[in-house]
Amino acid sequence: MTPELGQLALILALLLALAQSILPLVGAWRGNRALMAVARPAAAGQAVFVAMAFGILAWAFLRFDFSVQYVAENSNLALPWYYRIAAVWGAHEGSLLLWILILNLWTVALLALSQKLPEVFASRVIAVMGLIAVGFLAFIIFTSSPFGRLLPSPGDGADLNPVLQDPGMTFHPPMLYMGYVGFSVAFAFSIAALLGGELEQAWVRWARPWTNLAWAFLTCGIVAGSWWAYAELGWGGWWFWDPVENASFMPWLVGVALIHAQAVTEKRGSLRAWTILLSIFAFSLSLLGTFLVRSGVLTSVHAFASDPRRGLFILAFLTIVVGGSLLLYALRAPKVLGGKPFNVVSRETAILISNLMFTVAAAMVLLGTLFPLVGDALDLGRVSVGPPYFGFLFPLLMAPVVLLLPFGPFLRWGKTDAPLIRQVLLRAGIAAVACAIVAAFFVDGQLKAIAGVGSLVWLGIGVLLYAAKRWREVPRGRRYPAEMAGMLLAHLGVGVFVLGVLLSESLSVTRDVRMAPGESQRIGSYEFRFDGVHHTTGPNWTADQGTITVTRNGSDVTVMHPQKRTYPRGQVQTESSVDPGFTRDLYVALGEPMDANDLEGAWAVRLYYKPFIRWIWAGGLLMMLGGLVCAGDKRFRIKRTARAEAADAVLAAQETRA
Amino acid sequence: MNRLLPFIAFMLLVGLFGFGIWWNSHHDQNAIPSPLLDKPAPEFSLPKLYEPDQKVSKADLLGQPYLLNVFASWCIECGVEHPVLSAAAPTLGVQLVGYNYKDAPADAMNWLQKHGNPYHLLIADEPGQTAIDFGVYGAPESFLIDANGVIRYKHIGPITAEVMANEVKPAITAMLKEAP
Repeated sequence: MTPELGQLALILALLLALAQSILPLVGAWRGNRALMAVARPAAAGQAVFVAMAFGILAWAFLRFDFSVQYVAENSNLALPWYYRIAAVWGAHEGSLLLWILILNLWTVALLALSQKLPEVFASRVIAVMGLIAVGFLAFIIFTSSPFGRLLPSPGDGADLNPVLQDPGMTFHPPMLYMGYVGFSVAFAFSIAALLGGELEQAWVRWARPWTNLAWAFLTCGIVAGSWWAYAELGWGGWWFWDPVENASFMPWLVGVALIHAQAVTEKRGSLRAWTILLSIFAFSLSLLGTFLVRSGVLTSVHAFASDPRRGLFILAFLTIVVGGSLLLYALRAPKVLGGKPFNVVSRETAILISNLMFTVAAAMVLLGTLFPLVGDALDLGRVSVGPPYFGFLFPLLMAPVVLLLPFGPFLRWGKTDAPLIRQVLLRAGIAAVACAIVAAFFVDGQLKAIAGVGSLVWLGIGVLLYAAKRWREVPRGRRYPAEMAGMLLAHLGVGVFVLGVLLSESLSVTRDVRMAPGESQRIGSYEFRFDGVHHTTGPNWTADQGTITVTRNGSDVTVMHPQKRTYPRGQVQTESSVDPGFTRDLYVALGEPMDANDLEGAWAVRLYYKPFIRWIWAGGLLMMLGGLVCAGDKRFRIKRTARAEAADAVLAAQETRA
Repeated sequence: MNRLLPFIAFMLLVGLFGFGIWWNSHHDQNAIPSPLLDKPAPEFSLPKLYEPDQKVSKADLLGQPYLLNVFASWCIECGVEHPVLSAAAPTLGVQLVGYNYKDAPADAMNWLQKHGNPYHLLIADEPGQTAIDFGVYGAPESFLIDANGVIRYKHIGPITAEVMANEVKPAITAMLKEAP
């Protein structure tokens, strides 16, 4: 009976979402306060019912209700409880339920924090959030209900995809969705502004922390996904330019551009139309990400659900939401170029350049991701562009960003004196070149590695110089407001990230070898001794587990246990073993036995030495932290503006007259 | 007009996606046509498995059609298709050439001793370099090459009894029919 209640809860949520979107929009258009007032209670009600549906599904997983088809397909009696919770979003239907749950979390936060916004504007924003919910709820109810029954109910279920049975995978989807869905707030603001016909700087200020927060979550999700791919897939890579990775990366890139464009619009009033367009893009690309993963338009390792009917539904939804908002933009975007003028050497110019680079990069990734589709359309055969395309173009586009980054904070709005810039260029430049020359001796003249060290020093010194300047010139207490501290952290994160990428790419050593028990392999000063394979069991798997003892100059470093796991339904999953370190990772994955009948004998083993790879994720986490710190700035809390008061007063006056 | 550009670009994208959905519901996702199909087979010169000092090149095999079967002793699926190949070899109508892929010769010989040797000719590509020219993804794979050295058919994965009856044999028949 309970699963049917879940379905019922979803239907009620859909009805409330319809009320939440249509009535306030009509109300805001006609100036009817009663209709506008529907927005908040309807949204709260929707959230309650969606949470209920989600809870019911999780409960069905916890108590092994295999009469629910989704539960039977994605869990079994042997699956530990924490993976049974994660299994809720382990496949298509449940992950959509997670999507809508997170949309409701954002909406509830919006309800709680938007009390001081002018009522017309707030009700439009909530209504737009409601419209998005309508689309997703209808999608779940009509094409992908997780509450379908399986009768007669089986005694045991199948299994959660073993690839997903990993802590990294438990956090990756919720974090990613927090980011994707979080961009809906900035989107709703822009649509509400377009509908209302004006974009006040105060509203942009209020939208900024939401964008930062969403972007920080997205960063965290991407980092978790990258870490998971590295630890789990056994290829030792951290980014594959896979269509689904790209799908999360595009909104991230546009998110970076949006964060900076919003700053310009808020502080100087320029770039209004551009900010609106970027917030539409960021959310559209998030929807596109969902579409690409779910529709089966592109196939990839990740696309675990594909069904043309679903694809058509999402395409229709995408057309309405994105097409509708772009049309609205075309008709109503602010026509007058507002804002204060600026010089060539100014912060505005620098932000414009970085904006350009990030949007072009996003377009480049989009083109590369969709290229196989274009190939089909023009009958060029099945073509796909891989890492060579991305790996060449992306660094090319990002190089100017890295080069300009240290100047960003020093540049003033409007115009900047050249001597200050020259001073920064000189100091950071000399430090970077000097460190790069020293580094050259340690890395055998590998250009990539030298560039990596140079970039970190260049960006790091840039950040330090600015921090020192603030320290000298500004009285204590006002030196580092959260907004600025966040920016500095994120910029430093870029440097750490670039160092990690370039050093690990250029200095990694990979060995694909046959190893018999007792044999050793040497990588640099590390000696890997293979001590054979034995059988072992876990909660819901059995495994052949290898033992590899690593020594360095005679002293023990670590003992590693890579596994080849077999799950109850016969799925085989490689579990690599990683010895993490500040300056290097040692990474071992078990291949195949040389003789299938002699598991104790020789095996194919992959050994990796990956210097500084951890810095990649550390850089990502620093950027995330920057986004979070920035979002916490007090300046972003709403103060009720005089204009908002006036707007509400006008509304109240109309009301009495009517 | 300028402001309509994003909208127009997006509509083009929608058209592309609509096409993608249509295309995918009408095509097999796993069918990756080999770029080598109906093209001349790559040049190769590889030692015989049992007489490593004798080399076999593409030119040596011109004039007679053959089925080139990529296999290895380490490949489990090769054991699946082996009985099918062994049963079909005498009535195949073309030569069956074994292409031993990334294998230690001793292992390969042991494997053939154990499972039987249906091949008319065995060549060995221990380093696996030539296989790259053939676009081999992994073993087993089979190429049907005609008397002019052109690849006429390719199968990735084990040749099961169904594949043999429904694909390989018809492909051979069709090829032999058009030959003079």
